[in-house]
Amino acid sequence: MSLSINDVYKVARLARLGMTEQEAQTAHTQLLNIFSLIAEMQAVDTNGIAPMSHAQDISQRLREDVVTEHNQRELFQAAAPQIKKGLYLVPQVIE
Amino acid sequence: MQWEIVIGLEVHTQLSTSSKIFSGASTAFGAEPNTQACAVDLALPGVLPVLNRGAVERAIKFGLAVGAHIAPRSVFSRKNYFYPDLPKGYQISQFDLPIVGQGSLTIQVPTANAGQTYKKVVRLTRAHLEEDAGKSLHEDFHGMTGIDLNRAGTPLLEIVSEPDMRSAAEAVAYAKMLHTLVRWIGICDGNMQEGSFRCDANVSVRRPGAELGTRREIKNLNSFRFLQQAIEYEAQWQIDTLENGGTIQQATVLFNSDIGETRAMRSKEDAHDYRYFPDPDLLPLAIDNEWIEQVRGTLPELPLSKQARYVADLGLSVYDADTLTSSREMADFFEATLNEVPKEAKLCANWLMGDVSASLNREDRDITQCPISPGQLGGMLKRIADGTISNAAAKEVFKILWSDGGNPDTIIETKGLKQMSDVGAMEAMVDEIIAANPAQVAEYRSGKEKVFGFFVGLAMKASKGKANPAQMNEILKRKLAG
Repeated sequence: MSLSINDVYKVARLARLGMTEQEAQTAHTQLLNIFSLIAEMQAVDTNGIAPMSHAQDISQRLREDVVTEHNQRELFQAAAPQIKKGLYLVPQVIE
Repeated sequence: MQWEIVIGLEVHTQLSTSSKIFSGASTAFGAEPNTQACAVDLALPGVLPVLNRGAVERAIKFGLAVGAHIAPRSVFSRKNYFYPDLPKGYQISQFDLPIVGQGSLTIQVPTANAGQTYKKVVRLTRAHLEEDAGKSLHEDFHGMTGIDLNRAGTPLLEIVSEPDMRSAAEAVAYAKMLHTLVRWIGICDGNMQEGSFRCDANVSVRRPGAELGTRREIKNLNSFRFLQQAIEYEAQWQIDTLENGGTIQQATVLFNSDIGETRAMRSKEDAHDYRYFPDPDLLPLAIDNEWIEQVRGTLPELPLSKQARYVADLGLSVYDADTLTSSREMADFFEATLNEVPKEAKLCANWLMGDVSASLNREDRDITQCPISPGQLGGMLKRIADGTISNAAAKEVFKILWSDGGNPDTIIETKGLKQMSDVGAMEAMVDEIIAANPAQVAEYRSGKEKVFGFFVGLAMKASKGKANPAQMNEILKRKLAG
């Protein structure tokens, strides 16, 4: 699979990353290396092997449905740039 | 030329857990903003999600109720997009390996003839667990948007149907049945005003038999009426567009309930590039047979099975059976009433769907707030069935039970509502009436049968409404015939 420099810009935009041309070039080279590694792995015969979705072949533990967290709004909002009436304020987003 | 409307629904149901899907914060509705948003919900650095057993259990319950396969192993994925009410920058959802596989839901669709329905089976594609986002409040913050993250992390079960519905009426019948079912099995409170049950409708049109047309998705419909209106408007808009030589572009649209129109959202070309990938923070979810069987043991008898039983064993119409199973509480009330008068299913159904429902509606109450208990109602129906009171007298008893409560038999006794069944006394009344109204008697005997009603009125008045109507009619007919 080949990756163009435009693909790099597209992914960067989706991830909200600002990139200089130099950074994009570097990322391009690094990503191409990763893709070649993937290509190498894809050459391995995996017939009959169930794909894993996690590096560890174990299942997750569950918690009981119990409320264990109490209100710490003041503590959390102390780090927020702007709050009002208990709300976090952010630049307006309307679609 | 004919057009066929094709509809599939995606329904988000908020699961009725006490805590969130991946954190121990409360899910109670209506709290002060951000007082139920903990470090996990806020996506503070270093936190990790831990899945809520209660949410999984509810998903299993749903899967069993729609006859679906429960995945022994399912996987949580990240759905990536940026929006301020989604602090992590991704929503934890399920993608290629959902917890609930294909199932089906049988619905009764009302027709233009009141009381008539037809049956249809809608296939379910899947149902998966995911977390809800927070809420954005756009008003009143001087060009800023206010964010409340209390809802962030509330467990949702997204239920996806196949595009099997062919009219707004079918879509509404499906949504209502689903709404009934999730409340029935106790996995969702179904409160649509609070957003516990939200519908997205995928709508397209095509010539019958042709390939599926391009669909547009109507987002966030939170009432059955809006669902109906939005689909009808959207389908007509698509038909008009195509008939005028236009084409349909795939889009997400919003329904404006004030003007009854759908409108495309402005969306960027990459808005749907979600870049799903398995969430490395969450290991696969394993569900063994033992757990599934244990959940199966907690399932109540389902509406469809009750409906079938009401029709086959109790002789009720499909319409009656459908109405009586509109909620589990209604069905329970019906069965408890029937328990008092086991042979009178139709009588119970008529009173529940008639006077009881009308009175509840008038006072804006639901069946759980009915001031009359099934025992009281059944006790009264028993007296109709055995001929002690007439229907007219029963309405009197019902009114008193509703406002003052009490025992139906005591009310019948103290108010003197017992039906008169003394044939001799009734005959004497009729003789008197005939003697007092010779002109009308002559009219009747000359063939004007309409006058009969006049005599019935007099007879019921003479008996103070207590005469057994069937008996009184019989006596009147016999005596008037001369």
